[in-house]
Amino acid sequence: MGKIRLVARLVSRDLRRRPGPAVLLVLAITAATATLTLGLVLHGVTNQPYQQTRAATNGPDVIAQIDPWQEGGVRVQVGQARIAAEIRTLTHAPGVAGYSGPYPVASALLRVRGLTTGIEAEGRAEGRASIDQPEVVAGTWVRPGGIVLERTFAAALGVGIGNLVSVADRPYRVVGIAVTAAVLPYPNLCFAAYGGCAFDYVGSINLHPNPGLAWLTEPAARSLGSPRAPLSYFLNLKLTDPAAAPAFASRYAMPWPNSPVLAWQTLQAGSGLLVQDEQSVLSPGAWLAALLAAASVAVLAGGRMAERIRRIGLLKAVGATPGMVAVVLLAENVVLALVASATGLAIGWAAGPALASPGAALVGTPGAPALSLSIVGLVVAMAQVVALASVVVSAVRAARTSTVSALADAARRPRRHGTLIGLSRRMPVPLLIGTLLIARRPRRAVLSAASVAVTATGIVSVLAFHTSVRLRSATLSNGLENPVIGRDEQMLVVLTVVLVALATLNAICAAWTTVLDARHSSAVVRALGATPDQVTAGIAAAQVLPAVPGVLLGIPLGIALFDLAAQGAGMTVPTPWSLAAAALGALVGVAALAGIPARVGARRPVSPILQSETA
Amino acid sequence: MKNDGDRYVLRARGLRKEYGNGEGMVRAVNEVSLDVVSGETVAVMGPSGCGKSTLLYLLGGLDRPTEGELWLAGQRIDQLSERALARLRRSTVGFVFQAFHLMEELTAAENVELPALLAGRSARWARQRASALLEQVGLADRATFLPSALSGGQRQRVAVARALVSEPQVVLADEPTGNLDSHATAEVLWLFEHLRKAGQTLVIVTHDPQIASTADRLITMRDGAFAAETRLTGDRTGNITALVGQARAYEQGA
Repeated sequence: MGKIRLVARLVSRDLRRRPGPAVLLVLAITAATATLTLGLVLHGVTNQPYQQTRAATNGPDVIAQIDPWQEGGVRVQVGQARIAAEIRTLTHAPGVAGYSGPYPVASALLRVRGLTTGIEAEGRAEGRASIDQPEVVAGTWVRPGGIVLERTFAAALGVGIGNLVSVADRPYRVVGIAVTAAVLPYPNLCFAAYGGCAFDYVGSINLHPNPGLAWLTEPAARSLGSPRAPLSYFLNLKLTDPAAAPAFASRYAMPWPNSPVLAWQTLQAGSGLLVQDEQSVLSPGAWLAALLAAASVAVLAGGRMAERIRRIGLLKAVGATPGMVAVVLLAENVVLALVASATGLAIGWAAGPALASPGAALVGTPGAPALSLSIVGLVVAMAQVVALASVVVSAVRAARTSTVSALADAARRPRRHGTLIGLSRRMPVPLLIGTLLIARRPRRAVLSAASVAVTATGIVSVLAFHTSVRLRSATLSNGLENPVIGRDEQMLVVLTVVLVALATLNAICAAWTTVLDARHSSAVVRALGATPDQVTAGIAAAQVLPAVPGVLLGIPLGIALFDLAAQGAGMTVPTPWSLAAAALGALVGVAALAGIPARVGARRPVSPILQSETA
Repeated sequence: MKNDGDRYVLRARGLRKEYGNGEGMVRAVNEVSLDVVSGETVAVMGPSGCGKSTLLYLLGGLDRPTEGELWLAGQRIDQLSERALARLRRSTVGFVFQAFHLMEELTAAENVELPALLAGRSARWARQRASALLEQVGLADRATFLPSALSGGQRQRVAVARALVSEPQVVLADEPTGNLDSHATAEVLWLFEHLRKAGQTLVIVTHDPQIASTADRLITMRDGAFAAETRLTGDRTGNITALVGQARAYEQGA
């Protein structure tokens, strides 16, 4: 008990004495854990709004989307009798407690204010349906001459109650805006992974690939059908056991392929499509942030190494065993990592609903995401690995170093890298100083390069994502606003901010550590005639030189990472000018950030350093 | 006040250096005036904390006086910018420190080359000059050794070679034998004597009466001010005992 109290006292005193590095360490790890938490908790956060929408609309347990076309080399239209037989099979199947429909659905083109897009026009009675009665959130339900639009689709079109639209060249007034739990919301109505699109758009599916959902009166919808574009049908089923819907859906799948029978669970999962991209960005982003945090922690630890070694010597001198010393060193980082884990989990948990808002497609709001034990475990484990990796070296040294050498050893002696020193002799003074600093601490230079490489990887993958988003929005959305793209952009901003913030922290910490480590050398070279500007430029050069290979390495790694995150959706390479701008920006950023502590360090008077320190 | 750069390498008038404020203010150097002519060797002695090193750093432009005027090689330096001071320092001043202040990761030759490279000399010139100087200080065979592989006396000789590489007008040495044993002290003494004979202007802060005895002039300091100034003439080694006795007595507070 006494030892635990001693460790606690040493940890608390050290944290109180040096709060700066502790705060930086917590910040770095928190950024990584928050990103990871977000990536993990986004899964499933839209379930609650879906359930609320399903309750409000008395949503079906199973919906059959019956397409009149039978695929098989040549498209063959299925006869009405066959469709009626299939519908009868479904409505009379064991376990079916009730049904609504079949409702006729016509594929048509909607035009408004110069925009043309495909729609699925579902024909409905003017009265309420027993199952899947879309929840009108504005205006009224369908009536002759009027059209009701699904809310996300209406928002993308930018139309509201009272606007006039044309469907198959016939005018309709928008009389209502509604939501439903029976189909996937715009723009995923035809998302293949959830059953594919049952519909054709008058033979122009390739021109209008992202249809929206609209409701007309049943006669109006039927009037849109033609021999070339026959009607499809929606059939909504209620089961005696809603939980058995997936099994029912697979047992009674339509014999022709483009007519999915979907369980409500599938639609609930599909409602999360809006956040699927966010997950695919955040998950690799979280690991990049973790790598950057590890680099920050390593740089911070490197900066405190001299002080740590002295502390080890003092503890050993008063009788601490190597094991005890290691525990003291590790305990502090364990505590800080726990604080960072808790903060990261709280931020991720709180920000999850904001990032995963269901948009206009569903009613209700996402509840707080569930923090499962596995998520907490993974986040805490990552934080501990990041925090402990940096201090393990000190702990090992604690076990190995003799007390006398630890007390005498102010810092690890600088290394000699003859080739670099030889090269430096032919360089201008700032580069000469920078190269000499790199040659002193090559491992720190490698760490800086790795940190910049990770940042560049993140930035390049964000650029690749932007490029792919631009391509998608250009070719798939018919000029309409794609809500998924907007969310992607929002997520990219979050990730970019996290990565750049961590990289900024890294650059400043690395430069400051170099300034502290090179304090004596800088004083000597200034005594020998180097100007403060040359020393400042030298320290900045010591950061920029390793950043160059880091940036160059980050470009292919970023492209590869995006390819991996996009799961083989096709290699996307950002434009050369954007890559060049990012690379140049990163290098200028490193130089500018390194210049701040370097400038502060170079303005310190030389004589006190030379008088107080020995070589 | 116009200085004659050819005659005076260093001139100081009313030099003061203060640290801190109010009651905690410490006056490290107090109203010091000094002229050092070209080719002269000046030794500054005094008890620890009397301001010797501070004065040396002021003279070399490593620190700024709180008050007073200071000329180095004919140029007023107490109002120069840091950059201008650094440029002047690299061409006119060579420093030798008690703690050597060699770069641990650089070889002896690379340490000697460094000021020349900082001054923009070519790598070839710097190498040739470093070789010649290491030869001169008797360390030609140690040129590729790291400082950690050299003895104290050898490190200080490397530091002297480094101080000379840019052919400075004055070498300022701060306790050059302070960290050395008697054998190493003798090595460095020999070197300074050699420099003096060669006409190199030297200002040496020291506790060591032996090294002080090689000077043309001995200044003793107390509480930041000059307490005594002795011109040493005639045989530099013959009357050393009396000088040593005087210096020791002074240091003990006599």
